[in-house]
Amino acid sequence: MTPSIRKPRIIKNSVKKRLILFGILAALLVIASLLSDHLTPFDPYLQDLSNAKAAPSQQHIFGTDRYGRDMLSRVIVGSRTSIFSTLLLVAIITAIGTVIGVFCGWHGKKIDTVLMRISDMFLAFPGLVFALAVAGVLGGGLHNAIFALAAISWPKYARIARSQTLAQKETPYLRAARLSGSGTVKILARHVLPNIIGPILVTSMLDIGTMMMELAGLSFLGLGAKPPIAEWGSMMSENRALFTTVPWITLAPGLAIFISVMVFNLLGDTVRDYADPRTRGR
Amino acid sequence: MQPILKVENLTKVFKSSGRPDFTAVDHIGFELMPGECLGLIGESGSGKSTVANLITRLTDMSEGKVILDGQDISRLSGRGLRDAYRKMQMVFQTPTESFDPRRSLGDGIGESLRNLGQSRAEVKARVGSLLTQCGLTPDFAGRYPHQVSGGQCQRAAIARAIAIEPRLLICDEATSALDVTIQKEVVQLLGRLREQLHLSILFICHDIALVQQFCDRVLVMYKGKIVEEGVPDAVIRNPRNEYTKRLIESIL
Repeated sequence: MTPSIRKPRIIKNSVKKRLILFGILAALLVIASLLSDHLTPFDPYLQDLSNAKAAPSQQHIFGTDRYGRDMLSRVIVGSRTSIFSTLLLVAIITAIGTVIGVFCGWHGKKIDTVLMRISDMFLAFPGLVFALAVAGVLGGGLHNAIFALAAISWPKYARIARSQTLAQKETPYLRAARLSGSGTVKILARHVLPNIIGPILVTSMLDIGTMMMELAGLSFLGLGAKPPIAEWGSMMSENRALFTTVPWITLAPGLAIFISVMVFNLLGDTVRDYADPRTRGR
Repeated sequence: MQPILKVENLTKVFKSSGRPDFTAVDHIGFELMPGECLGLIGESGSGKSTVANLITRLTDMSEGKVILDGQDISRLSGRGLRDAYRKMQMVFQTPTESFDPRRSLGDGIGESLRNLGQSRAEVKARVGSLLTQCGLTPDFAGRYPHQVSGGQCQRAAIARAIAIEPRLLICDEATSALDVTIQKEVVQLLGRLREQLHLSILFICHDIALVQQFCDRVLVMYKGKIVEEGVPDAVIRNPRNEYTKRLIESIL
């Protein structure tokens, strides 16, 4: 066998292995965030001022913050806020964007033009700045931060869903489905959606990391989760004044963000490679 | 006898900004009698396929009337149109693309039956017998369009079209994408089904020889108009229209 024939199989296998590896890692993160209440060695909200700003030790692996709260416990509890709200956010924008995009692509005409120009407007703004403005107007809080990010992030999904729907619209099998007596709703649910959902899901997988960063960013700026709720972005922000004297204090949440964003980004990349028939082989 | 299909003044004008309007189908009219096989020939771009899409209402017409079995279907929509599709079905030019790539052939063939409220078991049994009737085996129901050959896929598409026992079958270049031997088999299948099911067929094709062999009557289309009509042998031996002459000369 020549190497050129064997190559696709090697790529496929390694993509599959990567998919399994990163899938498991991501699943572990999600499970940990769900069970976070039971995984903490200390009460994450218990203050102990006599033991404030402690250096990492065997007892407190990541040290304690300025109120003497155990950083490891806070990072673990924070995972629920950070990971869970990110997944929620991505689910919301995927659903809203897909619905709007499919509607625009299918229906066309004036309403399509109007909605697409609105999405152009959103796409023209620098995202985080706009989210800052929205969160600023609505006030802080995790819900408002999610809302602000959702408001600026749906157009990307609407675009993809719209163009995919347009490509489907004139295919012979949709016309055959119509001749088979299927109404519009049935055609959309049975034929259009299953055929367009692939690239949309890949995009949302790739977006998890980005959204996690942006959510942590908003919290860091004080527009996301409010203290004392443990959230990685706000934890870094709370302790940043102490960075010069006790540098380890921001290490734990920073590492947590770094690792989760990386895991979800790598998972997203792998899913994209897996979904792309050119790298998957046949 | 009442025609199964009557087309009056059918017109389609494609409008696009910046370019002059394009009249793809220009005030055409014809009748198709029950049990008859009517050929529609013409070069690429002459508007043949647009006629098929207008009759099936997959494209909106600009003007004219389509009367199916005595009922004017030109303004129907939604439920009314879905009822009309029980009398009229179509076989497409590209067999593989006429099936949803993510669904099995059996799923596509049974779609119309499920839409009529038949149970899963009924549909499965019927799909099996339809496949057999079209020269395939029932296990083709579980295959996907990319797993079968073009000819097999077109047989499945014919099975789908006859599933609800329509009275009119429109074949839009149904054999054009197939190679010659397969083409012959598919035409034979259509001929057999026509006898068995008393189908009327509108056979759109650019192959004059095939039309001569298969059709009772032929319409010649050129630039959106019907330029000649008659019995295939007569039209081919003694073409009256200048374009028909050229069309026939080009293949002989």
